[in-house]
Amino acid sequence: MKTLQQIDRVARDLDPEVHEANFMGAKLKSERRYAALERDYPDSDKLREVAGQIKQHTLEHLDHYLEQVEAAFQRNGVQVHFASDEEATNATVLRIMNESGAHSMVKSKSMVTEEIYLLDYLEKNGKDVVETDLGEFILQIDGDHPSHIVTPIVHKNRRGIAKSFEREGLGDYNDDPATITRRARKYLRQKYLDADVGLTGANFVSAESGRIVLVTNEGNARFCMAANRIHIAVVGIEKLVPTDRDLGLFLNLIGRSGTGQQLTVYNQFVGGPRAASQPHGPEAMHVVFVDNRRTEVLASDCREILRCIRCGACLNVCPIYRQSGGHAYRSVYPGPVGAVLSPLLAGNRFPELADLPKASSLCGACNEVCPVNIPIPDLLLRLRDKAKREGASAAMKGTPNLVLWATLCSQPAMWKTALSMGHSMNYIPTEMIPHPSAKAWQAARKLPKFQGGEFRKWFKQRNR
Amino acid sequence: MSLLHTPPNRPTGKSVQLMTTCLCDAFYADVAQATVEILEYLGCEIELPDGQTCCGQPAFNAGDWTSSRKVVRHTAKVFAGEKPIIVPSGSCAAMIFHGAPLEFEKEADLPTIQALAARTWELMDFIVNGLGVTEWPGTYPAKITVHRSCHLRGSNSGAAIGTLLGSIAGLTVEPIDETEQCCGFGGTFAVSFPNISNSMGTLKIEKLTACQPDVVAAADMGCMMHFGGMMQKQNMPVKRLHVAQILRDSLRNAGLI
Repeated sequence: MKTLQQIDRVARDLDPEVHEANFMGAKLKSERRYAALERDYPDSDKLREVAGQIKQHTLEHLDHYLEQVEAAFQRNGVQVHFASDEEATNATVLRIMNESGAHSMVKSKSMVTEEIYLLDYLEKNGKDVVETDLGEFILQIDGDHPSHIVTPIVHKNRRGIAKSFEREGLGDYNDDPATITRRARKYLRQKYLDADVGLTGANFVSAESGRIVLVTNEGNARFCMAANRIHIAVVGIEKLVPTDRDLGLFLNLIGRSGTGQQLTVYNQFVGGPRAASQPHGPEAMHVVFVDNRRTEVLASDCREILRCIRCGACLNVCPIYRQSGGHAYRSVYPGPVGAVLSPLLAGNRFPELADLPKASSLCGACNEVCPVNIPIPDLLLRLRDKAKREGASAAMKGTPNLVLWATLCSQPAMWKTALSMGHSMNYIPTEMIPHPSAKAWQAARKLPKFQGGEFRKWFKQRNR
Repeated sequence: MSLLHTPPNRPTGKSVQLMTTCLCDAFYADVAQATVEILEYLGCEIELPDGQTCCGQPAFNAGDWTSSRKVVRHTAKVFAGEKPIIVPSGSCAAMIFHGAPLEFEKEADLPTIQALAARTWELMDFIVNGLGVTEWPGTYPAKITVHRSCHLRGSNSGAAIGTLLGSIAGLTVEPIDETEQCCGFGGTFAVSFPNISNSMGTLKIEKLTACQPDVVAAADMGCMMHFGGMMQKQNMPVKRLHVAQILRDSLRNAGLI
């Protein structure tokens, strides 16, 4: 069907095989999430609410917690850096590498580094960087981007990956997943040993103790830290939680929400570089806190989105994401969370992504599964209002103009005249819709029979 | 807890105002009639404010809050008073008790809108939690499936529908797969994202009709207009009814009205 909206177009034209992979991947993760929460917590809504309150509290006192964590990190021997934007963050990482004569880096999965194109930046500056998360490694060799926050290559299949491995000299064509994994592991093990710097993100940071928490299912974040002299953690400022005790709640929620695991396989609590008594581990640890418009989001009426712990549950349950896949969102963060966060992080490029908040039936499934209870539909609505007020045309494409309708609905006499005229279908909103959309409605659906005013008549006669 | 928190301590009683909804006013007269018949069976005295039009939801969802607020202001004027306002649609009710206060956050007349929100009930929620009816009399021998409209999330209405339908003699409610998935209507979404909307509708119809029910039911004519329109286009013979029509027909079948 004809459509004016980009995400709808992507969904329409998507390769059926990719659609199937996205759809089934999402559905399966949703089912696992539900089963894991259902089994262990009779009232998981209570947990989601408390977790949301903790994150909201932290955000509302972020200045306090950032100061607290900076002091805690320094006590632990961690060097803390604050970076305002993409450029500053990338430059900070490069400077740390240069100052220590580091040339090569192994990195684990981190969405914030996707946001700032860190890998491209470091490569452009002559550094050797390898992604060690299997999915991210495959994306790196393909020059591709993640289509999902947790399962970045859900849009790919093993045959394509086998071809990529063959092309990269990682063995003859073999599409057996175990073989692919084994080959990647062999290749990456040497990279861990050769690298100077290990870079990670952080899923949580305890302000109280100055610990970062890393959750993975491959153990690669641990490897990134184990064999290198320097550990750099690039962390969004919204990752803070007040105390270590809070981590119990969040670790219980993140695995279950994201993949239906009670706990992710590897959970690292990193409190600083190696101590004198420890034989192994990085000699230096740097934490780079990234703002990159997060304080702008914090000041906006969509600040709740900063509670997000990047579990991907909202993507998995979202009927729109299931149809379109993650790349349709044209940004680092796809799905419902991305439809809110990406346009906000785009700053003055908001109009380019103003259609994202429109890609929702506002069904609220995202809110219902969110481990930190973000009212995503409300935020999507606020951004729709913003787009309309700012005249962002990407958002308005295909949406009927409702000004005339509003007048009709504020004038009872006009409304009743419209109702009483059997032929007055033209006054009904669906018929006021610009051409392609109106066609779309009637291409797939019949309009109900017009019965304008019949109920009013019945009601009056009945009460006479 | 989800997005839609049903307002606490709403007024109840048997003197009520009925918000027909624009879809029933224009297309689904029998749903509105059924609403009146079941409320009157329960002893309610119904006032039908004549100037009512629409709740403002289409423009609210479309992002045109200026237009939406205009309609909501009109609605607030028309539904003046203290009586409970009863709405036979989850999404229109949610528009009044959740959407309207959201879009009036920075408006001077927010208190007026909050007062309107604080006495608005979705019909099934009102019957069960307002009037305390937990068993529905009559008989309705049929196997049905129920579409869980999205605007019932987090409100009391979903459970209320289950309570009422579950208590009718002869009626079997068959569970459906992926009940949390939206049918793909979403107001103007259905026309601005026609391909995704259509795919969602197709999936929903598949689930709703998998067990070959006699009736597919919902408590929101927005959803029904969309997926029902699709079913009609495909000439599917399954009967589609609003829950209010089933409650009314149950009374009729037993000669109670």
